[in-house]
Amino acid sequence: MCRADVQGRTERRSGRLQTAAALSYDRLMEAAAITRQPETPPTTPRPGGMLHRFANPGRFLRLSGAVLPWLAAAALGLTATGLVWGLLFAPADWQQGDAVRIMYVHVPAAWLASAGYVALAACSVASLVWRHPLADLAAVEIGPVGASFTALCLATGSLWGRPMWGAWWVWDARLTSVLVLFFLYLGHIALVRAFDEPERGYRAGAILALVGLVNLPVIKFSVDWWNTLHQPASISFTSAPTMYVGMLWPLGLAALGYTLGFAAIVLARTRAAVMERRIRGLLMARAEQTP
Amino acid sequence: MKVFLALLGRELRLSLRHGADTLAALLFFFLAVSLFPLAIGPGPEMLGRIAPGIIWVCALLAALLPLDRLFGADFEDGSLDLLLLSGQPAAAIALAKAVAHWLTTGLPLLAGAAPLAVMLRRPPEAIPALLGGLLPGTMTLSLLGTLGAAIVLGARRGGVLLPLLVLPLATPVLIFGAAAADTVAGGLSARPHLLLLAAVLAAALPLCPLAAGAGLRAAVE
Repeated sequence: MCRADVQGRTERRSGRLQTAAALSYDRLMEAAAITRQPETPPTTPRPGGMLHRFANPGRFLRLSGAVLPWLAAAALGLTATGLVWGLLFAPADWQQGDAVRIMYVHVPAAWLASAGYVALAACSVASLVWRHPLADLAAVEIGPVGASFTALCLATGSLWGRPMWGAWWVWDARLTSVLVLFFLYLGHIALVRAFDEPERGYRAGAILALVGLVNLPVIKFSVDWWNTLHQPASISFTSAPTMYVGMLWPLGLAALGYTLGFAAIVLARTRAAVMERRIRGLLMARAEQTP
Repeated sequence: MKVFLALLGRELRLSLRHGADTLAALLFFFLAVSLFPLAIGPGPEMLGRIAPGIIWVCALLAALLPLDRLFGADFEDGSLDLLLLSGQPAAAIALAKAVAHWLTTGLPLLAGAAPLAVMLRRPPEAIPALLGGLLPGTMTLSLLGTLGAAIVLGARRGGVLLPLLVLPLATPVLIFGAAAADTVAGGLSARPHLLLLAAVLAAALPLCPLAAGAGLRAAVE
């Protein structure tokens, strides 16, 4: 059976189910072919707080499908505006000259690398504490995206370091701790995919993600604790930024665009993961029915 | 506490009866260290200068070797389920395993480090700082290794995955340990680095068994 066909059926099936408002959460989960805990009796769960409302894959697909195009368009628009402004029109630095323009690519990537890990850890908490099925899937999908942003941060940092410091790489505290972050992402990616039962991979990955959280304060404060070649932060919550406002605007736009882009990619990947699970469930059910 | 000691005794007896497995890590340590003079030349200035780094990296790698089987045999034959049913918290089981790993791997590595440092032409007055760093360092490595071993339990190719997870977490230990061993040669005090190493150990001591215990629970569930 071709993939689009199965997907179409799944969509139609869930569409029919949406109209039947009386259907309970468990039935819907069953229809979505996500049978997590077959031994639990089919009780009608409490209407639940915000957290569990979004555990319903059907509702998640509907909402995320509505939000995703807007999110992606805003992300592309803001990133493009910020980067074009920064790379072409923003003033050059009085010391660094045009090399400072790498900042508009490098700094948002670095922020997103750390913020992505925070998101991964948040999903891991939801996965360990509430056994939230969507948090499991989201954690698996955040890994490669966060690793890509970290790789982008390291690569652009290396390109920036060559003209400024005269070396592609120096082993100072900031660079080393970001490299460790990259390895933590890679370890998480490898770990969650290394188990035959996906459930087991989610648990192990969640524990690893929470253990790796100790690295984030080290990254943040590495430039303050050690005497590093990497410059300390120019922007903070508690004081005015030490940066010309004509550079701050494109940087802010690019950072916002990166953030929305990160969210859009993760959302799209999580949607794909939910659909994959549905398809696998449907194929398994069909395989069981055929004698 | 009684169960904890009984478990520790069982681990030690097991490693005593499989003596060859226990000594393999130490042998690896000796062999890997003795490759360096062959590879970079026997000049005493160069060797003595980088000896702490060689010993630290090789000790780190050697401590990883027995981790694969730390929980593996118990997991396969079902003793791990029984251990977790023994009434002890899972974290206590993990801590007992970590202590056993340190006694059977960390302590021999510590004992082997001194003669190896002499063979690498390290000045004798710089050796106490190296050993002083290795003492809390190997303890932290045992704790981190137990954590990694518990997480990868039941994975395909867990043995390959394990170093990928443990080595990034072990970088602070390596940095402070090698720095402590290095400062003495430059005439500085090793104290701040040793205190930082002890701080890392103090943080790992409660946290690693907790996380490892969660990993064990997830593995048998």
